[in-house]
Amino acid sequence: MLKNSTLSYGWLSIVFHWVSAIIVIGMFALGWWMVDLNYYSPWYTDAPHYHKSVGLLLVALMLVRLTWNLSQKRPTPLGTKWEIKAAKLAHLLLYLLVFSLFISGYLISTADERGITIFNWFTLGSLGRFFAEQEDIAGMVHEYVAYVLMGLASLHGLAALKHHFINNDNTLVRMLTIKQQKEQQ
Amino acid sequence: MRKSLLAFGLLALLSSNAFAANYVVDTSGAHASINFKIQHLGYSWITGRFNTFDGKFSYDPAKPEAATINVNIDTQSVDSNHAERDKHLRSEDFLYVKKYPNAKFVSTKVESLGGERLKIFGDFSLHGITKPIIIMAEKIGEGKDPWGGYRAGFSGTTRIAMADYGIMTNLGPASTHVELMLNLEGVQQ
Repeated sequence: MLKNSTLSYGWLSIVFHWVSAIIVIGMFALGWWMVDLNYYSPWYTDAPHYHKSVGLLLVALMLVRLTWNLSQKRPTPLGTKWEIKAAKLAHLLLYLLVFSLFISGYLISTADERGITIFNWFTLGSLGRFFAEQEDIAGMVHEYVAYVLMGLASLHGLAALKHHFINNDNTLVRMLTIKQQKEQQ
Repeated sequence: MRKSLLAFGLLALLSSNAFAANYVVDTSGAHASINFKIQHLGYSWITGRFNTFDGKFSYDPAKPEAATINVNIDTQSVDSNHAERDKHLRSEDFLYVKKYPNAKFVSTKVESLGGERLKIFGDFSLHGITKPIIIMAEKIGEGKDPWGGYRAGFSGTTRIAMADYGIMTNLGPASTHVELMLNLEGVQQ
């Protein structure tokens, strides 16, 4: 099933979810590691280059994902009223935080009118400097938002495990497989 | 009596003016700059500057060794024409501008080397550490400007070791020192 139903996610949503999850966590790890690299490390210039390249490709993926998700049904949320509300808020926040990372990251590297080159493939131009101390403020936002995102993503993962192991419901399973839909019907 | 007092007063004023004139560095008109350069890997020089600073000096061409100067630098204003690098320069790895927002130079002694050349001794504070340094300076010129003021301008260079100021980030053996180049034009007050 390509599309979502009220019972389960379609495989496209599932692929979008896990691919972006892996990339976001990988980007956090890469970012965390690269800022402390020694000047003479062979990765000193390559690591930020990959971080920026992958990050900007992720923007494209997330925009497609968002468009797709908005065109799709959401599987009926499981759990108590407040859990459903909290989950909705958390999902919205996850999107907002990821997009804040895109914007702040872009603002660091383009504050001096330089564009960002994506895998030596093409260059995304700079929109210029929007405010004073842009690279410093954007850098701080980028760092703290990344921590908050990792915290919220952990909570999101724990909540899924709680649904799976404590409530024994389908919340996690339906983000892993599309077969569940048939079994339930 | 009153007239002669006035004349005496005027004379005193004039002579004290001619003695050691006070100048304020013309940062508002940007006729001054504080530049630095450091080697990159030993293969080239990269240059940068501090965009925000202020300074004052007193100078009498007849008595150059009585000159004094002090300069304050806003470290946040470091500019090497590369946002990512400037962000790094402001971080804990280098200038740590959040903790040390100011650098300053205060002269303690000036030696005349003849001609227009001066050797300026003083204390330079950077990254929370103050050390004596020597700036080799030269007066470029002085005189009236076309707008009714009087100006004097100097150029000076010095060289500091980053490690002397507790900046321990290793940029390689060719990049342990930073050269500072100051161009300061003052407007007489």
